[in-house]
Amino acid sequence: MTGKPTFETIVSTHGSRVLRVCRAVVGGVDADDAWADTFLAAMRAYPDLPADANIEAWLVTIAHRKAIDITRRAARRAVPMASPPERIIDAAEPTGARADIVDAVRALPPKQLQAVAYHYLADLPYADVAAIVGSSPAAVRRAAADGIAALRRASSTDIRPNGDPQ
Amino acid sequence: MNDHDIIRALSTDAHDANDAPRRLLALHDRLAAAAESEGILDVAYRTIDSPVGPLLLAATTAGLVRVAFAVEGHDEVLRALGERVSTRLLHAPGRLDPAARQLDEYFTGGRTQFEIALDWRLSKGFRLAVLRALPTIEYGHTASYGAIATLAENPKAVRAVGSACAANPIPIVVPCHRVVRSDGGMGGYLGGAEAKRTLLELEAAA
Repeated sequence: MTGKPTFETIVSTHGSRVLRVCRAVVGGVDADDAWADTFLAAMRAYPDLPADANIEAWLVTIAHRKAIDITRRAARRAVPMASPPERIIDAAEPTGARADIVDAVRALPPKQLQAVAYHYLADLPYADVAAIVGSSPAAVRRAAADGIAALRRASSTDIRPNGDPQ
Repeated sequence: MNDHDIIRALSTDAHDANDAPRRLLALHDRLAAAAESEGILDVAYRTIDSPVGPLLLAATTAGLVRVAFAVEGHDEVLRALGERVSTRLLHAPGRLDPAARQLDEYFTGGRTQFEIALDWRLSKGFRLAVLRALPTIEYGHTASYGAIATLAENPKAVRAVGSACAANPIPIVVPCHRVVRSDGGMGGYLGGAEAKRTLLELEAAA
């Protein structure tokens, strides 16, 4: 008797949240690959996961590694550009006035992005986030606060009628 | 927006109410296909509609391991499969296509026996011997609990035959519904008396 939920239950309980984290960390186009890589790796390892493990933290840890792999692969594929665009709007993202906040998170610098995604989107405590990104809880807390401040600034400039930043 | 609104927006699934459910279904199917081809999908399951209500079908790579009636509680059955077989279990209809098709043919009257691999791992000992003897009762016929006890080489174990049938993990395909009381009574059924009657009438009419 393991007392562990079936993997179907794991997917239905955590699938949506992990997808939000993937969208924030690797962007809309690569999010599906990151999600699929994460859950396939998790399913491979699931029999060895202790019954009392924090499943959300375990999944986000795997997603974090898969996101790094995907980002590296994308960097190798990328053609060097003289001046990279500020932000690439990809087709899989929702467009229009009500663009999701997850997309705004995507535009944050990496440390803030990870802190906000893992603490606020994945709902993990700072200590767990610190363990995942290899930092300290205090540094993660600061990065998350900076990220929230940046999101607030972005929301007050982006969301204007006619898109005129003020 | 102030910080509080930002944090609230981050922690709610506003966006997910739109395209995420469909996207997640597609991702789930992609995962099931990848797990199947990698050989880590230990248990695949699906449900089908039938004249005896929704049926849960579950298969390992060895074969059909479980057929469950709604009265057994499909969620509970899946949880038990997780504990007794493997937690690497996903909704993955593909593996159950042959079983689903043959059950459909059975219910529409054309099929009198099943040609699918069975995984007997949920049954042991005398119960397994009883269940393995059941397919010798032909479609449209019945046998008494006593006759099956004799077939399973333990003529006195009439009650044990009853409990083996009640614990049949693969009902319908392994036809415990064809085992009836020697006094002509129908006897109990794990899917309920009504389901047993439906199956016996279906076979009698064909």
